[in-house]
Amino acid sequence: MFDSASIIVGLEIGTSKVCAVVGEMNDEGSLNIVGLGQARSRGVRKGEIVDARVIEEDVRHAIVEAEQMADVEIRSVYLGVTGGHIRGFNNRGVHPVVSADREISEEDVQDVVKNAKAINLPADNSVLHAIRQHFLVDGHVGVTDPVGMLGARLEVDVHVVHGHLNRLQNAIRAVRGIQLEVDEVVFNGLASSLAVLSPAQKELGALVIDIGGGTTDYVVYSGGVIKHTGVLAVGGDHVSNDLAFGLKVPLGRAEQLKIENGSAVVEDAVKGRTLKVTSELGLPLNAVNVEHLHRIMSLRLEEIFQLIAQDLEQAGLLGYLRAGAFLCGGCARIPGVIQLASQVLDLPVTIGKTTSVNGLKSTLDQPEFATPIGLVKFGSFKCKRDARPSLAQNLKSVFSKLLPR
Amino acid sequence: MGTEMTSPNSAAGQTKRRAVTIMGVGTAGVTMVESLAGEDFPDATFVAINADGSVPTSRAELVRLESKLLRGMGTGGDPERGRELAEENFEALKNACSGAEVVMLVAGLGGGAGSGASPVIARAARESGALVLAFVTLPFNCEGNQRQRLAQIGLDQLCNVADGVICLPHQKAAKLLEENCGFAETFGASAKVLIEGMRGVWRLLRYRGLIEIHFDELCAVLREQQGESYFAALEASGTTRARDVLEKLPAHPLLDGGAALKQAETVLVSVMGGPDLSMAEVNRVMEDITSQCPNAKVIMGAAVDETFRDRLAVTLIATRRRKHDTSKATQPKTTEAELPAPEFESELIHPSKPERPSARLVPPAPALTAEQREQLLAKQTGRSPRARKTGPRMKQTTLPLDIVNKGRFDKSEPTIHKGEDLDLPTYVRRGISLN
Repeated sequence: MFDSASIIVGLEIGTSKVCAVVGEMNDEGSLNIVGLGQARSRGVRKGEIVDARVIEEDVRHAIVEAEQMADVEIRSVYLGVTGGHIRGFNNRGVHPVVSADREISEEDVQDVVKNAKAINLPADNSVLHAIRQHFLVDGHVGVTDPVGMLGARLEVDVHVVHGHLNRLQNAIRAVRGIQLEVDEVVFNGLASSLAVLSPAQKELGALVIDIGGGTTDYVVYSGGVIKHTGVLAVGGDHVSNDLAFGLKVPLGRAEQLKIENGSAVVEDAVKGRTLKVTSELGLPLNAVNVEHLHRIMSLRLEEIFQLIAQDLEQAGLLGYLRAGAFLCGGCARIPGVIQLASQVLDLPVTIGKTTSVNGLKSTLDQPEFATPIGLVKFGSFKCKRDARPSLAQNLKSVFSKLLPR
Repeated sequence: MGTEMTSPNSAAGQTKRRAVTIMGVGTAGVTMVESLAGEDFPDATFVAINADGSVPTSRAELVRLESKLLRGMGTGGDPERGRELAEENFEALKNACSGAEVVMLVAGLGGGAGSGASPVIARAARESGALVLAFVTLPFNCEGNQRQRLAQIGLDQLCNVADGVICLPHQKAAKLLEENCGFAETFGASAKVLIEGMRGVWRLLRYRGLIEIHFDELCAVLREQQGESYFAALEASGTTRARDVLEKLPAHPLLDGGAALKQAETVLVSVMGGPDLSMAEVNRVMEDITSQCPNAKVIMGAAVDETFRDRLAVTLIATRRRKHDTSKATQPKTTEAELPAPEFESELIHPSKPERPSARLVPPAPALTAEQREQLLAKQTGRSPRARKTGPRMKQTTLPLDIVNKGRFDKSEPTIHKGEDLDLPTYVRRGISLN
């Protein structure tokens, strides 16, 4: 019923859930979410696949559910990846403009970006993204589109996100294993930031923190471009694990306690209160001190924010975040986490809302769907961009045929 | 009064800016003071206090605690008797302390004079208007349960009267040494560690530094912690001295392999160097230490002394809150509970307090020297019939294995960030107790 080109699917293989979101792009280029499929994830630790066979099954469940809901056949997906091996840094590429009239052409731009990507990475790493920040023409900063300008020396600043090739391949293989094509591999943090931030916020400077099950991904925007990305292989799983260890309850119970009774701040009111934990059979297991529960969670989450704050301070970016910080991912649901984050980061903090997309309201409202929605959004940008140059290219070829050199 | 004046430098000491009197109490204290007097402690007055004349003193003024009842006999390891003796000779003790601004008390706790008399002497010194700093040793574990208990009671009493107490368990000092090191040597090394610490504190008092640590600051640090203090004195020379000192620091046995610093509440650091001490060196030392104790309040002092050419000395006193915030009333009870339970099985299995270090470091095997082991064996074989008769208190204890189970992340690649394993619960790594 739809033209398959206008269907964009984002697939996130997360530590706690596998989630597929189907988006439909109409002719005007606006995006509409039409389907969602979820499955509990079993074969992932810290954002990386550890059991390929099990995860294949989970992905299939999620995709089938999304297909049924959206009433489409999914052929290809934009795949989100994360993991502690992913790193981001800024790099600058240089290219001399060689044409006689010193006019910067499209080829020069492509060359300079290619140069910026040619960086010294460890042998088994590969570039995931090279995102343009600014161009410099003869040392003048702040050029966004240099094509047609005159200059002798073209430079570009890019933000490079790179990761371990084999580990990235694992996720791709899992998806290919169920006869799906992968359109592109996208870093989860980047996807979340696309879903959550408006252009105005990107311009002002914003930090997006996605605390998922296994990893915490964060992205910094300033002046409309990505300045910094990072991954901490610590997430909600660690909170549960800490609770299981500290309160001496099984992991499943710890997870449940975290969701039902958790808090990121320790309030005086809970001092001395206890909760009864029961086993699967309803038998009393032991009593849990609520203060301890909250303190363990608070310390872990505080540490996550502290590590991020340290990293940003090192990068010299803390002063540029005038729009504040945005939280998404499952841990954004923990009561008090906003308060804790704004204390540690010393920034205004809000829950990230995916407002720039239409469609299923229930999906859009929830912080844990920021990543797959962002993947769809990434896909839509890609489609638009692919559509535009092809038109320009066509025109160009027409003209070049007409005009004698 | 059985007071003999043998020291010529007592008068000279009083004219100095901070008149320091170093007092050794009991056999251990007197021995230590003797060796201290031989070392480089200018302007200090040395006083030896003992109940019997068992240790000859040549370099220190001797105050003998005497009573007509005992006829020259010692306390016989009875602290009660030691206390009575000291009370009887209270005036003489006060006289010995007169003129001193600071009294440094050195004693080995666990015996009669050490545990019994030193709290009284500390009180006498305070009444004569001096500030009292006590440097005490706790007995080796193998010296027996009774002695440990007496030492603990003595320590508690001393904490109440003295302005500051720095305590060194012999058992910890033994870790400094090779396993098959001589018995006498072990005691000597332990005394040496204490002397090093004293020297560090003494330097704090004597040299008015560029950045000064006030004496009351020092006392405040030592008072706060109610017993658990760690100190380390390190020295190095040459061009790489700052680095050398920092390399030695985490390896220092008294700091529990750096764990003490990590859990410290307050850390007092004094850096001492010659005229060639550079800002960069001080900076480097301080930066490294502060990075090792992220949660602590760090008090810093620095001083320059002419005689310190080419050398750098760092004295570090770290305190941490006691694991159990027990009030004074319940204290004796808990100390008893903390002590190793009866006789030999505790010796074998629980060489130290069964506290669980909150780091993931695996505690080293019980450090017993060959002598200690033989002693232990002899004790066991000699008393075995009796032990069996009275042995219903034998209990199954667990080895202090402290590898924190990583649960879900047991088999995954560890997340290491700046040397910390983030998979371990945050509260465990930061040493925050949940009680």
